[in-house]
Amino acid sequence: MDTADLKPLVEALIFAADGPVRLERLVEVIGLETEPVAVALAELERDYAAQRRGFFLQQVAGGYQLRTRPEYADDLRRFGRGRPFKLTRPALESLAIIAYRQPVTRAEVEYLRGVDSGSVIKTLLEKQLVRILGKKDVPGKPMIYGTTRQFLELFGLTDLSALPTLREFNELLPEQTLATEGIDVESPLLVEEDAVDLSAVPGEERHDEQS
Amino acid sequence: MDAFAIRLENFEGPLDLLLHLIKKNEVEITDIPMAQITAQYLAIIDAMQTLNLDVAGEFLLMAATLLHIKSRMLLPKTIDEEETEEEDDPRAELVRRLLEYQKYKEAAVEIDQRPQLERDLFARTRPEPELSEESESEFVAVSLFDLVQALAEVLRQSPEPVAHEVDVERLSVTERITQVLERLHGQESLAFKELFPPLAARSEVIVTFLAMLELVKMRLVRLMQNQRFGSIWLFPAVAAEDASEIDSQEESLGYC
Repeated sequence: MDTADLKPLVEALIFAADGPVRLERLVEVIGLETEPVAVALAELERDYAAQRRGFFLQQVAGGYQLRTRPEYADDLRRFGRGRPFKLTRPALESLAIIAYRQPVTRAEVEYLRGVDSGSVIKTLLEKQLVRILGKKDVPGKPMIYGTTRQFLELFGLTDLSALPTLREFNELLPEQTLATEGIDVESPLLVEEDAVDLSAVPGEERHDEQS
Repeated sequence: MDAFAIRLENFEGPLDLLLHLIKKNEVEITDIPMAQITAQYLAIIDAMQTLNLDVAGEFLLMAATLLHIKSRMLLPKTIDEEETEEEDDPRAELVRRLLEYQKYKEAAVEIDQRPQLERDLFARTRPEPELSEESESEFVAVSLFDLVQALAEVLRQSPEPVAHEVDVERLSVTERITQVLERLHGQESLAFKELFPPLAARSEVIVTFLAMLELVKMRLVRLMQNQRFGSIWLFPAVAAEDASEIDSQEESLGYC
């Protein structure tokens, strides 16, 4: 089977799937080598980007899914689509902390936010955006949390490394705006080191009060 | 005061409030004027308490922290401490927490700005589990526990009685029953929360709640919710014409 035949087949499979389809799954179903299937996928992706269709092929949560273009969001909502819940600021803040610092305990989330976060985490668990990864091996054996595949799907992320880069700040941002300078590359997967010891004060932020 | 009330709802917590104060005062995060910021912070907490807003423990804890830092900065240093003063700014921990909090606050904004499934982009349907559960046709009877919770919620939002209030209005449950029936008249349903105007006095809330219970007892109203822990709705249980015939005299209800 050449790419010309493979492309519509891959398209059909992705269309009929009820979630993002992984390359491995496509290969398994089609029964060919990985290479031609990957090529067909890449071409499909390009085709959708080049042609002006109502939907496009998005890489998400390790798979591929057909999704409508964001510019038609308003019309689709009028069409009766759209989820009934909106993520509140506390939910988004907690979700961001869990996403970047996972595996993380509730106490760590609460320390960072300065606010009780139990009910927010419960909501995130219910919405299946967050899951319990296990228990931390410290006194009290607190639960540790991480994000789910649904989280990646919701925000259109291929994996956690696709999260927006966390910026380190040494000063305050003007309210309600985003700064573009001061970007510090910090891989979200590497942030968890020693997450418990939050009381350690980094030297560069210390300040001499006498000055 | 009103301005405070509106603004306060915008703060997620003490760190958020502090960030706001520091920005508003245009002071350096690395050189927070503790006296000024602490005073403003405490004034806002005061205002919250005057307004009977439920001041969360975290806000009070932060107030204590601020005062502690302020007092530590007033204390003269011992020789020992002067040598290590670099590490010893009492504000260092707070500054670090504020910057750390800001980092995640910004990250949350950025994540939210990404095109979201079911908000900006749509895929072929795979019904969300919570969506199917919330289907409106599946009303279930309200449990006593849910009802008590709903009342507690309304009471929590209603101001504590002011101690020196003199003009106590005699509230009649009977009258309120009639009012509730009138509101329900010609309607398919009425939200439980709509029964209680925002910031209604406690006595008002209780009379309305009793009236509602009486209506349930008289089988004029059914209480339903469309999912467990969902919002509670009042449904008229009999035709409105019959309602007026029901004996709702004060005596028969046991309220005198």
